[in-house]
Amino acid sequence: MVGSGGPSDDVPTTGHEWDGITEFNKPLPRWWLWTFYATVIWSIGYWLAMPAWPLVEGYTRGLLGYSQRAVVAERIADSRAMQAQYVEQIADASLEEIRADPELLSFALAGGRSAFAVNCSQCHGSGAEGSVGYPNLNDDDWLWGGSLEEIAFTIRHGVRNESDEDARFNEMPAYGRDELLEPEQIEAVVRYTMSLSSGEGTAAEGEGATIFAEECATCHGEDGKGIVELGAPDLTDAIWLYGGGYESIRAQVENSRGGVMPNWSGRLPPETIKQLAIYVHSLGGGT
Amino acid sequence: MIAAPAQPETADVGRIDVEPVNAAERRPLYEKRAKIFPRAVSGRYRAVKWAALAAILGLYYILPWLRWDRGPNAPDQAVLIDFPGQRFYLFFIEIWPQEVYFITGLLIMAALILFLVSGIAGRVWCGYACPQTVWTDLFMWVERRIDGDRNAQMRLDRAPWTWRKLSKRAAKHGAWLLIAVGTGGAWVFYFADAPTLAAALARFEAPTVSYLFIGLLTCTTYLLAGHAREQVCTFMCPWPRIQGAMLDEHSMLVTYRRERGEPRGSHKRGQSWEGRGDCVDCKACVAVCPMGIDIRDGNQLECINCALCVDACNDIMDRVGRPRGLIAYDTMAGLADPSAEDASRPVWRRLRLLRPRTLLYAVSIVLVGAVMLATLVSRGDTEMAVLRDRNPLFVQLSDGSFRNGYTVKIQNKRHEARRFRILAEGLPGAHLSAVGGGSDDIPVGPDRLRTLRVYVAAPLPATPEAVTPFDIVAADLATGERFSHATTFRRAE
Repeated sequence: MVGSGGPSDDVPTTGHEWDGITEFNKPLPRWWLWTFYATVIWSIGYWLAMPAWPLVEGYTRGLLGYSQRAVVAERIADSRAMQAQYVEQIADASLEEIRADPELLSFALAGGRSAFAVNCSQCHGSGAEGSVGYPNLNDDDWLWGGSLEEIAFTIRHGVRNESDEDARFNEMPAYGRDELLEPEQIEAVVRYTMSLSSGEGTAAEGEGATIFAEECATCHGEDGKGIVELGAPDLTDAIWLYGGGYESIRAQVENSRGGVMPNWSGRLPPETIKQLAIYVHSLGGGT
Repeated sequence: MIAAPAQPETADVGRIDVEPVNAAERRPLYEKRAKIFPRAVSGRYRAVKWAALAAILGLYYILPWLRWDRGPNAPDQAVLIDFPGQRFYLFFIEIWPQEVYFITGLLIMAALILFLVSGIAGRVWCGYACPQTVWTDLFMWVERRIDGDRNAQMRLDRAPWTWRKLSKRAAKHGAWLLIAVGTGGAWVFYFADAPTLAAALARFEAPTVSYLFIGLLTCTTYLLAGHAREQVCTFMCPWPRIQGAMLDEHSMLVTYRRERGEPRGSHKRGQSWEGRGDCVDCKACVAVCPMGIDIRDGNQLECINCALCVDACNDIMDRVGRPRGLIAYDTMAGLADPSAEDASRPVWRRLRLLRPRTLLYAVSIVLVGAVMLATLVSRGDTEMAVLRDRNPLFVQLSDGSFRNGYTVKIQNKRHEARRFRILAEGLPGAHLSAVGGGSDDIPVGPDRLRTLRVYVAAPLPATPEAVTPFDIVAADLATGERFSHATTFRRAE
């Protein structure tokens, strides 16, 4: 910066000098400086107005009393207030009425979807696709009935739980574990059952058919098509809760598994259960 | 130089006491900004600038009030950016959010046109049409009405604070703020029905966001046009930096003819013009410059090519009896070759319009414009989208067949309610059903989007492959028009 006639001649120095080298005094631009002062003043105001300083216990609340938790609570309350008109209508309406009203239907589907994601997806999957032992809710096979009312009942009371007297309940005997049938007999009845599903089992097939008629038909029906009132699955269709292969069916006949579902009445408000029923029914299984 | 005979109508021209505060070599980097008091000027380019100002401000204020009949189910405002309704209306064009590429195209076109204009005519945008120039001009006009011209303004600026100065200052800033409020006030009318919003604003019942934006634009207008002025162009705007790449030796710019003007010096009436230049060093060009530069220093970054110095100099040349155009629009090529036989022709007659640069810009503009026009003309007023479910990909039904779920969206851009039937085509034996009712008669409101959940079930023989392509079709029940969307049907391997 040092040159004859250059700007250095006019620029004041700080007065510091090291071995003949001096330092220019070039102040901050004015707008920068004032902005800096303004931020200092602003921060003091902010400390006073807003929650700012941590204390040994708690923190300074600030004069405005602002709290993010309060804001969240307020927003949730606002949302609830906005939803209230629909929720009230849903509380008063029957499931069929909700389904017939496009506005209520779309509200119930949205509400049911989010309630499903929070409460149901852990077992049934986020797409309600189920898993081994957990029913797929998208298909048309319903162990306890797929009508709106039946679905709502299952959600309210659950399956095989001990906390609701009205819970859906059945229990298949464990033919192997409890030694109700000989291993060869189990083999025969499993073979017969598999033939039912593949459509070839209509003809009586010796020992297996006899055992099926004696032991299984009471619940699964003589034709193996199941009885919805008992929650006994249809053995002739393509859907198998615990797997349709020989090993899977044999394991079921020997040890008899049965899933448990909690009762949701008491855990969720009735309006939410209605929305869940509408949503689950809409997944395509409902018949 | 030609010796001019003394003419009775010529007059002595004094020298104005003015320094070009932004002249490159005189501007210390850390000095406080020197205030510029541009002198009023009249002439051809000033007149053009007033006309441009009137046209641009008129357009800005009137546009939101124009009405355009779109039928009963749509707003009747010609230009409307409807954020809550997610529509952009521009006369006969209606743009949905997913068609925002039209806006992108418009911006690309605007940029290319700016390039082309700059390549041919230099910074006409800066000098005549830029909002910063227009509003600054308006603010300066107000300033002159209240404070007087340059000298009066400077006297007032130096004067101590008296009641007179206080009242003048109050009047000026009050007027500026009024204009600024008007500027912000007009802006919000582009985003809502103008008459309704105007009434609501007057009753203080308009949405808070309207007042917020009026306040914001009031602040920016008042600060930028009233106080920041030439600093916006010099320090804030990127365009003076970019435009260097657009200009070349054939671009028009406001320029001082050095070889004609030098050596400069004051001139007494009756003196000979022999052996000297035409520039009488009156500094009128510096006094009128809103950017605070001396055009005689050559082309500078600060110069917005407003041509007010041309008007000022022409006036002086008339008075001293020399030909006009000492400061004029010319090209660098024209300046370098003053002996060219056609140098006396006006510059726009000598412009080389056909250059690779201009051709490239022009072809790009035509291309983008053609693509946009073709897209605009060929776009339908009904659109359909199909989104297949990914979770689960497919569902096996009890009879062993498979079913897939789809989300179907039907966009009805017509301003009338319509009814559709949804079908699956290309999948033999397939059965389609919609959640919440049948799929045979689906109403879609005017200018609305309808979203449906749809299931397609197909028996195994229909789907020999794990993935089978097919179409979901929406047929308009009234007109029979069909809109289809390709998708796939999946089953287990």
